[in-house]
Amino acid sequence: MATVILISQVLMGIALILAFVRVVRGPSLPDRVVALELFASIVVGLVGVYAIRTDVSSFLDAAIVIALMGFLAAIGFARFLERGGPRDD
Amino acid sequence: MIETIKGFLILTGALFMLLAALGILRLPDLLTRMHATTKAAALGVILIMLAVAVHFGEVAVVARAFAIIVFVLMTAPVAAHVIGRAGYFVGSKLWSGTVKDELRPNYDPLTHELKSGLETDSNAVHQPRENDPK
Repeated sequence: MATVILISQVLMGIALILAFVRVVRGPSLPDRVVALELFASIVVGLVGVYAIRTDVSSFLDAAIVIALMGFLAAIGFARFLERGGPRDD
Repeated sequence: MIETIKGFLILTGALFMLLAALGILRLPDLLTRMHATTKAAALGVILIMLAVAVHFGEVAVVARAFAIIVFVLMTAPVAAHVIGRAGYFVGSKLWSGTVKDELRPNYDPLTHELKSGLETDSNAVHQPRENDPK
């Protein structure tokens, strides 16, 4: 079980790095918002795996909060983008 | 047996997340990237939370894991819709291989008005509302 958890953590770490490359490269702000939302999802998965590894179920509360914050951040960014109108970045 | 199920769920969840990250890195424009991330990442979270539920096996933890699953299932499409809508309004470019953009000929980006293609002289007159941009 320990090796399976280690492999999955490595896979999700690579996924975080790939998503971060998209955050850096852009090219536009909506792309970065999508990448940040993917970030939130991957971190929720990492927290879940860590809860299994340490056998502490309280980590799930943190996962709920992270999922909620990711969703609210996406909604807020989208409102902010729509207010701004057409842009070129 | 439970260990096998748990390991399978965790590994497939992590693989789907890696797939989503690959998609967001390799696909060419905003809408295709969103198509990769929203579904694959949501499925990854759901599988890992199922593994958590199987691992702990207590009512309180299983209820919380299912709460996360329901929350992800409800919010992922909403967030994707809102971001895609904002991206279209902002004018993000579509991939050069895009075959069809049905919104383009019917949508006026300045007034935010859609046309149906069935306008007559009488109902096509622009009726300004009070919150229109000047």
